This record gives sequence, structure tokens and C-alpha cells, in this order.
Amino acid sequence: MTISIRHAALAALCLTLPAYAGAQGAPPAPPPLADYFVPATAAPKAPDADGFLQRWLLLEPIVKPNRSNTGFTEAYVRAAFAASLPQGPPMAVPRDGEAAKIAAAPRWHALDATRFDAKLFNLAQSLGKPVYGVIFWAVTVVEAPREMRGVRLAVGSNSASMWWVNGAEAAGLYGDRRMVMDDVLSRPLTLRKGRNVIRGAVINGPGLSDFCVRLLDANGQPIRDIVTTTK
Amino acid sequence: MKHTVLAALGLCFAAAPAAAQLAGEPFIHDPSTITLSDGKYYTFGTRGGGLVSDDCWTWHSGGERPGGGVAPDVIRIGDRFYVAYAVGGGGMNGGHASLVKVMWTRTLDPKSPAFGYHDVGVVASSDGVEGADAIDPAFLLADGRLWLSYGTYFGAIRMVELDPKTGGRLAGNQPVDVAIDMEATALLFRDGWYYLLGTHGTCCDGPNSSYNIRVGRSRTPTGPFVDHLGVPLLKGGGKLVVAGHGRHYGAGHFGLLDLGDGVEKMSMHYEADMDRSGRSVLAIEPLLWRDGWPVGGENLVAGTYEVQSERGGALQLAVDDTRIAFDARASFRAKPDAPVGPIANQTLAQDMASWPKGPTAVDLGDYMIRPHQQWTIAPAPGGGGAFGAPYYSIVIAGTSRALAVAGDDVVTVPAFTGAPEQLWRIDQLIDGTYRIAPKGAGGASPARALVAIGRSTAALVRFDPASPTGRWSFQRP
Repeated sequence: MTISIRHAALAALCLTLPAYAGAQGAPPAPPPLADYFVPATAAPKAPDADGFLQRWLLLEPIVKPNRSNTGFTEAYVRAAFAASLPQGPPMAVPRDGEAAKIAAAPRWHALDATRFDAKLFNLAQSLGKPVYGVIFWAVTVVEAPREMRGVRLAVGSNSASMWWVNGAEAAGLYGDRRMVMDDVLSRPLTLRKGRNVIRGAVINGPGLSDFCVRLLDANGQPIRDIVTTTK
Repeated sequence: MKHTVLAALGLCFAAAPAAAQLAGEPFIHDPSTITLSDGKYYTFGTRGGGLVSDDCWTWHSGGERPGGGVAPDVIRIGDRFYVAYAVGGGGMNGGHASLVKVMWTRTLDPKSPAFGYHDVGVVASSDGVEGADAIDPAFLLADGRLWLSYGTYFGAIRMVELDPKTGGRLAGNQPVDVAIDMEATALLFRDGWYYLLGTHGTCCDGPNSSYNIRVGRSRTPTGPFVDHLGVPLLKGGGKLVVAGHGRHYGAGHFGLLDLGDGVEKMSMHYEADMDRSGRSVLAIEPLLWRDGWPVGGENLVAGTYEVQSERGGALQLAVDDTRIAFDARASFRAKPDAPVGPIANQTLAQDMASWPKGPTAVDLGDYMIRPHQQWTIAPAPGGGGAFGAPYYSIVIAGTSRALAVAGDDVVTVPAFTGAPEQLWRIDQLIDGTYRIAPKGAGGASPARALVAIGRSTAALVRFDPASPTGRWSFQRP
């Protein structure tokens, strides 16, 4: 979720008032990446207690200016994602540090979120990258101990996002979205025994980009007997 | 003649304002908690100034709040009115460095010699890069402790504790994150629960705003706050309280207006009043409580109703029933395969043939779908209102025979004229039923209301919130 501006009439006011920090001296340093992410390790990572997936390959933001999120219709979002990054084979996974093959050559980062959600805004902020008017891509690999039927991918994102499981489109969150856990659930899908690839993209204009993803079983309960990797 | 009157009434009803529409110039964004000071009600919004009203229905520009900035809140503690407001923050593409300041005055009436703000100072801040934006403060005084929530969609909603003696931040107190993805928060305390209300959705885009008010609750003021599904507000949860409806789009910035006697109202702004060029306006609507959760209520919608007492008994003209021609013995003896067909309800003409022409008493009876038991109720054009509810006319459907006050009695008079004694204040109670009181029966808490003092007798007496006898429901006839 974001806003065209919190108080539209205050646009001028915001421009004329000195920033609080600025009035105190040097601008404050942004929170360090470690407040939100730690580097992924070689060991597989289990979901958190509520089943949220915390290991992700996250691509540095791709600039896509949008002054407002109210234009995030399905058609717009779908086209924006398609144009932002060429997709390889459905089961392919980028490597940590690999540069995407687009003009700006953003890099992939293998990270573990320290919270239930992946705070993309803070990732970009800590890397000194653009935080507004951006598209983020995310990939994780879910290792399932057996075939699991009737599974639903449960997603919340700020703002719009789309998600694919093993190359098949699973969920779309359109419009000016705020991040709510279990906001949109996919239709029932099947996790293969072994390796499954979840891929997602999040677009934001002036909002605070983040997402949360978990997998729910046929009874709506979070699945925790899986692990995530980046391979 | 009768048809002419009815036609006029029909036109009036068609032109009646929406039930949530206040009078005057109620233009505001981010209204503070409505506060009574020196006999007038005040609310302040983003930027300076505010609105003032004598009756919480008609609002005009008024009040003075220096400091500018956004989204203030007001609380009265002892002989002081504390005002919290934010300077800075609330931006787009950045602009999240902000200060929440507090000041106090002994009156909100700028004409009073006691008026004058005293600065307390900064009680919360955000540096522009941390995950919070220190705007939209909201007070809560509970169990002698003063709490302040603040924040917006940029990061966390935070809670700090203030000193109720000074309005300043308690020494050593640290902010606690209590929610995300909210703004314009408000706090309530009821039956041992702390309620955190906040606004979700898109702001400030007129009829394209999706603003809606949500709530979570906690046993402690610093959380964890969860919604009715158990979803933490720190993970985006929030039970819906009220959203846009009718001609009003985008409900935001909750404030409690507790009138006592089991009547609670909520103030808010709507992002767009479509009957006022889509401008942001103040609204005051009923607040209900169900299963320990606040729920948005509704002013009575214009229509024709059976008016049923919670004691049991429908409000009616005290006239003789006219039988509907019917052979009960033949009906019972009819064979299953005997032909059936419709029988008309009793018509108004059939029923009213025996009615007195002058003022007529009312009483309570078993509802029998008779015209003398069916009331057309609608906001009275030009009749004003009080505390967010319009004054209503209550007439026998299809006539202009109006419910009216006659001294200590309640009667019907042959014609509705719009006189004050024919206007009624209908407030929804927190359980969803309604209180019916005559216009001018007092301020926030009317001195008398329509009460079923007997199984079949209604009278204007003091309303007892603990008794069902003064509660009414409106059923479609």
C-alpha cells in the first residue's frame, strides 16, 4: 500500500519544511542490511514458526518509475514484469552475485530474511539503490520431502506482485496493495517431491516494498516440513 | 388534497440528505477526536484551524490550533486540553522525518480569556530513514496512564507513554512497534482490552481512495494487537470497522465520541462526499459493539417500518382494529387440494375509516401488518440533527399524520408541519437497537426518550440504558 501523498495539501509544506534529521546535522545513516537480512548459508533453511519462507534470492531493484500505485492494473503489472527481466527455463535459479542480463546488470543476493517478510525497501536502501519506482524479483527453492497435493501459495505484498511455482503462474496481487499475510492464496497446486522453484516479482511506486510468502496445506495450515535453498 | 401532501412529502424524502451527511461546511481531513469545551464541540484537522459545532450536526470553521502540520489529536485531562500534532513527515518518495509535538490550553474557545497554548515539546520523532514516520498521533488515557500511538504506512505504528500530568514523554520510555501498514491510528480501552484502530488503503485520491478503518486489540497497550482471526497487526491484520458507503468514499481517521447512556458515535472523515464535489468531509456515525469488537453502525435509513419495542409491542395508533374479512372455519376445513389465491392486506382506507380526525394517542400492540402500525420515517428536510443523526419525521405511512410531543405525552397529530415537537432524534445504541427521543430533549444525553413503560404503553420518560424498555428496532413491514 502506498498513497498518492499522505496529505495532498501538504505537498508544498513537505517541500518547505526542513527535514527533522537535516535540521540536526548530517542525514542519518539508513538502517543496516543486517537489521533485515543475513547472508544465506549452505545449509537448507526451514520456514519460520508460522511457515513463512525466509530464504530468497533477491535481485537488486530494476527502475520502473511510477508516481502512484493506483495504476497497477493486472494488464499493467503483467506487462511491466514481462518487460523488466527475460525469464529463463522455469526451474533455473540464479547464483548469488550473478548479474541479470539487462542493461543495468542488477545482481542477485542470496539472503535469509530475519523477519517473516522480506523487506525489499530496506534491501535497496542498504545497497544504496533506488527504493521508489522499482521492480524486485525474488526466487527460492522449496525442497519437499514428498509430493504434496492441495497446497496453496499464500502471499502478501506491497505493492502489486505476481508469483509462479515451477514455472506455472500461481498468484497475482494487483492494485495499490498493502502487505497483509495470506492476502491472496493460489488455487490448489502440487509440490513435487524434491525441488520446487518459486519465483515472484513485486512492483512499487512510492511505497514501502516488501512481501511475505508461505505454503498452506489442504486444511489451511502452514507447511513446515519443507526446507528452502538457493540451488 | 391528501395526494398533494403525499407528493410533496415524497419530493422532500427524495431530496433528503444522506443519513451520514452533516450540515454546514464540514470540510476537514484527519479530524481529531471531537472534544467538548465551553459548551461547543471542536475538531481539528490537517493544517491549522478546525471545525466547531453546537450540536455535532452543523459544523463551521472555527477553533485555533497553531503549529500547522498534520493530523492532530486532542484529549482533556483535568482542566487541560492536550493537543498532539505532527510537523513534517507523511511524504511520498521520502519525506518521513517528522516530529510529534504536544501543547495544552485550558479551553479550546479562542474567545475565552483562558485560551492560550503552552508548548510541551517533542514527544516522538522519526529521522527519515528508520522504519517509522512520526505523524498522526492519537491519545489514550486508561487506568491513569497516558498513551500515544503514531505512525503511518511507512514502517511501524508505534506506541509511547506520556506523563498525564505534563503531556510530556515519560523519562526512559522507548517506542514499541505495534502494527504495520496502518495510518491515522486511534486508541480505545474497554472491558480490559486496548483497541488499536487504524486506516488501511489508499488516501487522498477522492472517490478513488480505498481508505477503510480497521481494528485489533490487546490486553496491554503495547501489544501484541491481533484481529478477530488472530492475525497480528504487525503482520497486516485488522478487522474492518467501517468503509465507504453510499455517497461517501474512503473512511479514515477514527475518533470516539461517547455520548453515554449506551450511545457511542465515531467521528471520521470521508475522502470524498460525492454531494459536495468530492471534498473530504467530517462524518459522525453510530459505533456498535459486538462480541467485544467495535463495528460501524448506521443511522436509520429513510423508509417505512414496523417500530418494535424490545419490551415486545409495536408502536401504533391507539385505534380499534378493523377486521380483515375472513372465514376462519372454512379455512381450517379446506381440503389440501382446494384452490388457493392471494388475499389483499388491509388497505389504508379500510383501516383509517374509524380513526379520529384530531390528535390521537399511540400505544403498543401485537404487530398485525395494519396500516396504523406502519410508520414512514425520514430525515426532516431542513430539520437539522444532533450528534451525527438527522432529526426525523415519523408519520403513519401513506398519510402526513405525525408522531409528536404534547406536553408530557406522545401522540399523533393530523399533519406534519416540521414543527420542533414533531421531530425525533433516533440514535443507534451500541447493541444495534435505537433510542427515540424528541428534538430538544437535551444535549449528548437526552433528558427523556420514548420508553415502553408498560407492555402496551409508551411514554416520554428518562432513558435507562440498562433496560430494554427504551430500545427500539425497525422492521420492514
